[in-house]
Amino acid sequence: MGRYVARRLLQMIPVFIGSTFIIFMMMYALPGDPIRALWGERAPDHAQMAAMREELGLNDHILKQYWDYLLGLLQGDFGTQIRSRREVTEVIGDALPATLRLTVMAFSIIVVVGIGLGLVAGLRAGRKTDTAILFVTLLLISLPVFVIGYLYQTYPGQQWGWITPVVQDSENWGDLLLPALALASLSLAYVARLTRSSIVENRRADYMRTAKAKGLTRTRAVRVHLLRNSLIPVVTFLGVNLGELMTGAIVTEGIFNIHGIGRLVYSALNEREGATVVGVVSFVIVVYLVVALIVDLLYAVLDPRIRYA
Amino acid sequence: MPDALEKEAVPTAGGPATVAVVEAGPAPGRARSLWSDAWRDLRRKPTFVIPAFVIALLLVMAAFPGWFTSVSPREADLANNFLREPELTHFFSPEWLGYNQQGQSIYARMIYGTRASIVIGISVTALVLVFGSLVGMLAGYFGGWIDGLLSRVIDIFLGIPFLLGAMVVLVSFDTRTEWTVILALAFLGWTTIARVMRGSVISIKQSDYVVAARSLGAGTWRILLRHVLPNAAAPVIVVAMIALGGYITAEAVLSFLGIGLTEPAISWGGDINRAGGQIRTASFLLLYPSLLLGITILSFLMLGDAVRDALDPKLR
Repeated sequence: MGRYVARRLLQMIPVFIGSTFIIFMMMYALPGDPIRALWGERAPDHAQMAAMREELGLNDHILKQYWDYLLGLLQGDFGTQIRSRREVTEVIGDALPATLRLTVMAFSIIVVVGIGLGLVAGLRAGRKTDTAILFVTLLLISLPVFVIGYLYQTYPGQQWGWITPVVQDSENWGDLLLPALALASLSLAYVARLTRSSIVENRRADYMRTAKAKGLTRTRAVRVHLLRNSLIPVVTFLGVNLGELMTGAIVTEGIFNIHGIGRLVYSALNEREGATVVGVVSFVIVVYLVVALIVDLLYAVLDPRIRYA
Repeated sequence: MPDALEKEAVPTAGGPATVAVVEAGPAPGRARSLWSDAWRDLRRKPTFVIPAFVIALLLVMAAFPGWFTSVSPREADLANNFLREPELTHFFSPEWLGYNQQGQSIYARMIYGTRASIVIGISVTALVLVFGSLVGMLAGYFGGWIDGLLSRVIDIFLGIPFLLGAMVVLVSFDTRTEWTVILALAFLGWTTIARVMRGSVISIKQSDYVVAARSLGAGTWRILLRHVLPNAAAPVIVVAMIALGGYITAEAVLSFLGIGLTEPAISWGGDINRAGGQIRTASFLLLYPSLLLGITILSFLMLGDAVRDALDPKLR
């Protein structure tokens, strides 16, 4: 187990270097000038621009810049935000709590409601409940996150006045409910459908017949045998999905006015603020890789046949 | 004969019942392939026929928007039409779904916006299908260091969040046409197909008919194109069809964020973005384009689902 984790961590290194390299290249090699953008519509001061370039190392060769950036990352230095001259780690640290709360809430909704709906639909496959759940999830999948966000904001938020439509305090879990629901909708639908098809497939498996034959109650057979076996593809999806959730947060945070990572990366993108964008993306990549490892370790918990030497 | 054998091999993977039928001897008449079986299944299913019809209509709308509306989507009459409410009984007329804050017909803009979504969705899928299949096939078939290398490359690209990566690429361009968006999405999106292809090629290359073809002296490319590709295609095509809906969503989200198509391009995502500010006073601005976008994505997803069910031998 320990050796497996160590090997996987080693394998992450080239993947991390490769992904950040691509993002870094895309951000810096493509047109767009963050220093020029500081002046906006006004006429820039060329001497000051040159001095800033020199200071931030933007005159070095692009590969040298990447190398310096990578060395910095190893020491936990994600670079400096050009506009404010603050450390990117500090900027991310300020924005992270709101996004983290939003993501955790959305993720819990996805897991609980998604798997729940999938289980109910799968066990009643072909009946009315199943058709209804399939229909609703299809609807959720076909509506992009911004449409769902606006719908939630308009109806339960403004028209019926059930919940506050705009987040005023991102530490208030009640305020975060609507954006979390909007963020969760798509993945929730996928998880429900995935769980359903997995349950339908495994429902008639030999081990279920054995479980029934040896006299287990239906609840126990479903909970211990069926659900556990059916969750493997769902867990895979959930792992991949966590990274996507952070991307989806860009839209949700914009609509509901949450000052988190999504807002940060969106404004940084528009200002060509390379250090912040690459910093946030590197952070998301790390989250993604670590979650992928955790998912692989979870397989062994769900399926005892899988052993990691 | 090897052809008939290999095509039968896939449907029989399902259960013992079908194996028995095939082993009973040559079936009378021409052996039905997986694809013709699927087609016979599909054309009777409403979950296939209805989305297929909607998609056909959308394709016509994308190709000939002028057939559906007489006014230009850019024609703006602020004096008479500023945020005019929809006239829901005036079917297919410019005022049917109302006018936006620039006095442009929402109906006409919806019709003309179809092209961007459809062209981007289909082109990205086609590019991803060709490139992803090629990489996946090479990695899966040759194995060894080629697989090791290509799999690492796939891992690296999978590590990049799809939309965020596309945004980083696109924000660098000041004018973004359909092609900019297509290339950015394809650049980051091919890995899913490559993975599925690799997986199904690995399971296929050990099957009897590939071993048989090789022992008969068939060359690598012949084996790949005549034997491996046709049998590995089904799951890949299903994944691609479902991904198509996702690419249309991606384009809409990017345009919504202002990082997709730039003016003067007409895109549903961009129109929905501009509608967001008027959500309290004129929700119809948001409602109808969102509805059409939803229907489009839904149709492609349902089509993909129906094709998957028809091609999946386990469900027979």
